[in-house]
Formats: sequence, structure tokens, C-alpha cells
Amino acid sequence: MTIDSTARMATLDSVGAARSDARARGTRSPWMPDLPAASTPTPPVGVDPAALLWSETVAPGGYTHLRVARGTRIRLEDLDGDASASVVVLSSLNTAERLNVADTQKIPWQAYLGAGHPLLSGDGRVLATIVEDTSGRHDALCGASGDAWNVRRFGDATPEGPTPSGHALLRMAAAKHGLTRRDIPPAASFFKGVRVAADGTLDWIGSAGAGTHVDLVAELPLIVLIANAPHPLDPRTDYVAGPLRVHAWRSRATDSDDPRFAASPERERAYLNTIAYAELAGL
Amino acid sequence: MAFTTTVPPRPIFAAGSVLDRSEPFVAGRIILDDDIAPRASWSAIVRAGDVFTLVDVGGNQSGDCLIFAAEDTSERYSAPDTLAWQGNAYVSTGTVLRSNLGEPLMTVVGNEIDRQDTIGGACSKESNTLRYGHHTAYQHACRENFLHEGERWGLTARDLVSNLNWFMNVPVEADGALGIVDGMSAPGRRVACRAERDVIVVISNCPQMNNPCNDFNVTPLRAIVTRPERAAR
Ligand SMILES: [Zn+2]
Repeated sequence: MTIDSTARMATLDSVGAARSDARARGTRSPWMPDLPAASTPTPPVGVDPAALLWSETVAPGGYTHLRVARGTRIRLEDLDGDASASVVVLSSLNTAERLNVADTQKIPWQAYLGAGHPLLSGDGRVLATIVEDTSGRHDALCGASGDAWNVRRFGDATPEGPTPSGHALLRMAAAKHGLTRRDIPPAASFFKGVRVAADGTLDWIGSAGAGTHVDLVAELPLIVLIANAPHPLDPRTDYVAGPLRVHAWRSRATDSDDPRFAASPERERAYLNTIAYAELAGL
Repeated sequence: MAFTTTVPPRPIFAAGSVLDRSEPFVAGRIILDDDIAPRASWSAIVRAGDVFTLVDVGGNQSGDCLIFAAEDTSERYSAPDTLAWQGNAYVSTGTVLRSNLGEPLMTVVGNEIDRQDTIGGACSKESNTLRYGHHTAYQHACRENFLHEGERWGLTARDLVSNLNWFMNVPVEADGALGIVDGMSAPGRRVACRAERDVIVVISNCPQMNNPCNDFNVTPLRAIVTRPERAAR
């Protein structure tokens, strides 16, 4: 793809000429936030575009980060079947409370993420719930691709290079909130599946195909960090990642009248802890 | 209900428990040799090339473990990097224990049980309220130990990540069902890790009494650091 912003069209030897040149340039790319969000080219089915709070397409090898209120619904959409979203969520009230994949797998007695699965912190609370999932191919074991892995696989892991690691992108997203790599726990990855064989082998099941999505509801105010980089076990020798669509709109946090609230005794206590914490904090 | 004015009872190991303190996994000069009491935490720097042996003295006693690069603790053990690099969900002999940058911190050079866990995470007072109920919130837990021990090294809640669970058995079944089941260890069984660089090893001798991770009988662990004899340079 040609990107016209790299092309010099004329001599720009005055502020006025530079300003005119900047303003005359194209304002669309395939990877951009849409503002206002209602201008999204692909509104989520069943959602009034006017209700959208955020709309963005994250580039392959790109990242984004959102600060969202309790009750926000976030849709991640894999347009072409090649997106790979490594996600870290942190409580924006206290960023030391963040995604704990071990508790996220242990408390529901289930290693594989899917609809209804809570994303738990290490503090006995639900940070977000997966409320819808049309993919079913996810992974909470391998995390985001690491720097050393991408250097070995592709020769480079830097965010400015052709093959950024998921972890390098998460560090960039974290830095925008004053956070460092200390604040990045193991990530959950969406749209690329891994299954554990009887002998422990991590079997690649990859993508469910184009046009799937995962919806998360924020159960507390969150900072959401998202890297869109190939899964470390993706067997393709090239660095392949597709565009990732992100929408967000106002919804509501899980409450006692939601079927998922009491899906299991462990989850019910997790939601009770979360609601008590939110109400005590005046949310 | 009667009021008590003492700390609630702490779990202790049963009289008559079989204890086997075993010996270091590799020969060499003993740099450190510490017993880790039930419920207690422990940490030390293990220098590059030295071998850390952990002995399951009483059998089926979970030793929750975090590892940090000694020169910069923001580089620390990463369960996902460790698993992705080896393509297997279980830790065993030969597993390279990698950091959040994917770099080797330690290598498992000896292991006397079928497999070791790094998926199950640490127990905590908070997660105990989910798993067993709020009546367990008063009980001590591994996360408390990590925070207490980590304070020695300037580590805080920001530094707690998915850990290793030496001697704990967490199978992942075909449908993804995962949980802590009866252990495969026995008194005197060992795991040994060689430091690939200078690291801080933090151990919590797990106080959990609500699941089989400690065989419902908390027993001591023995931590030994050995410096293998090297050929003269
Ligand atoms: Zn424990």
C-alpha cells in the first residue's frame, strides 16, 4: 500500500506552505480510530451507532489502550481471521490489581476462555467478563509473544520494526498510562486457540476464521491494553496479523439478576466481592 | 459463639509424619542450606551457575516459587514465555525457566516427580474467598508470603505474576477442565534448577488446607544452594 504522507509534493519553505501541505493530505487509512465513534464504517450488529463510545481499527503489529468505566462493553472483532489480540486489563482504581490468568483459569476450573468466563484479578474480583464469543479459539497459557521469541523467529521484536513482539507493544500501551513492564502480567490472547494434549503438548488450533468477535464487559473501571501481534505458536514462518476492530459502548456490569452471576458458587462469590468493592468505592 | 483472644489456629503437620530431608541434587560446595517451616516464606540470591535444590521433605508439599533477575527485578519469571518456548504446559527436567523478555533465568536440571505445575498460580486470602468461601479469608496464604518476603527486595503487588508450584499437580483435561488434584510427590523428592544468571528465588511454603495441594498436612521444605565444582580456568 502506498502511503502518501511520505511523499514530498512541493518545496515547503514557510509555515504557511507546510500548513497547507499538511491540511491537503489524505485523512483516511485502513488503521485508525473513528471520531466520533458513530462514524464507524462497521457498526456492531444490534448496536445503535449513536451509542458507540469508541471505534478503532488496530493495525497488524499495532496496539491500543482504553480507559473505560465500569459497565462498558468492549467488542474485539477479527475481520479477516488473522487478528491476534493479546489483552491485559488493570483496575484503573489501583493498577496493582490486574489480570491474573492463573486465577482466571483456576477459579472457574477451566483452562479455555469462552462465553461467560470471568477475567479475574489476583484480588478475588472480576475485572471483566466475556459476555459473548463467536470464535471459541483463545489462549490464556502462552501470553503475548515475547521479545526473545520474535528475535529468534523473525530477527526483530522492536515496536518500530517489521515484526513487533506482543510484549513490546503491551509495554508501549502500558507506558501511555505511566506503567512499566512490572505492571504487565501474563496476557490473555483472543482469536488464536491452543489446546493441551494429554502429555502437555500445546496443540495449535489457530483461528476460527473471518468475522468473529469477543465482547468483554468491564466489571470495574479499567485500563485495557491490547496488542495485535502474531501468537507465539502461530506456525506460519511469516509475521501474519490481520486488522483488529475495537468498539465500545455503554452497557452495565454484571448484577445478581444476570444468569452468569450465579453460574457457579465460585463466580457468584467473585461477583459479590466485585460489587461490594465498587459500591464501597462509590461507583 | 465463644470469643477467643488468640490468633486462630494455624495448620501444623501431623505428629508421626514421615520426613526425609534428602540431600543436594548435585555435588559441590554448599552455599546455603535452609529449612523452610510450614506456612513460611524464604528467599535468596542464587548466583549464575549455582544449583538450587528444593526438597519436598514431607511429601506433596507445594513450594510456590517466583524468580527475579537480581540486577533488575522488573525482569522476572514468566510462565507463558516458559510454556510457549517449550510447547508444553508442564514443567519437567530440561525446562528453561524464562523471563518476561523470554530470556533464560534458570534451567530445571533435576526433577523427581512426573511433572511440575506453573498454571495453577498461588493461593491467596482473596481467591480463597472465591474457591472455598469467605470463612477462609482469615487464613494465611502464598500471596501473603510473596508480599512479605518480597518486601526484602523492594518487590510489591506489582511484581506478583503466575508462579511455579513445585510438587503440585494441576492436570488440564481434554475439555479444558483444570484443577489441583492429589500430588505425585513423596517425602524426600527433589527438584533442582541451575541459575543461568544471578537470580532472586522466592519460595512460599504453601499453607493451604482447603485442597489437596499439601495433602491436607503442611510439612517443611528444604532449600539448598550448591556451587558445583568446576574445572580450573
Ligand atoms: Zn499456597
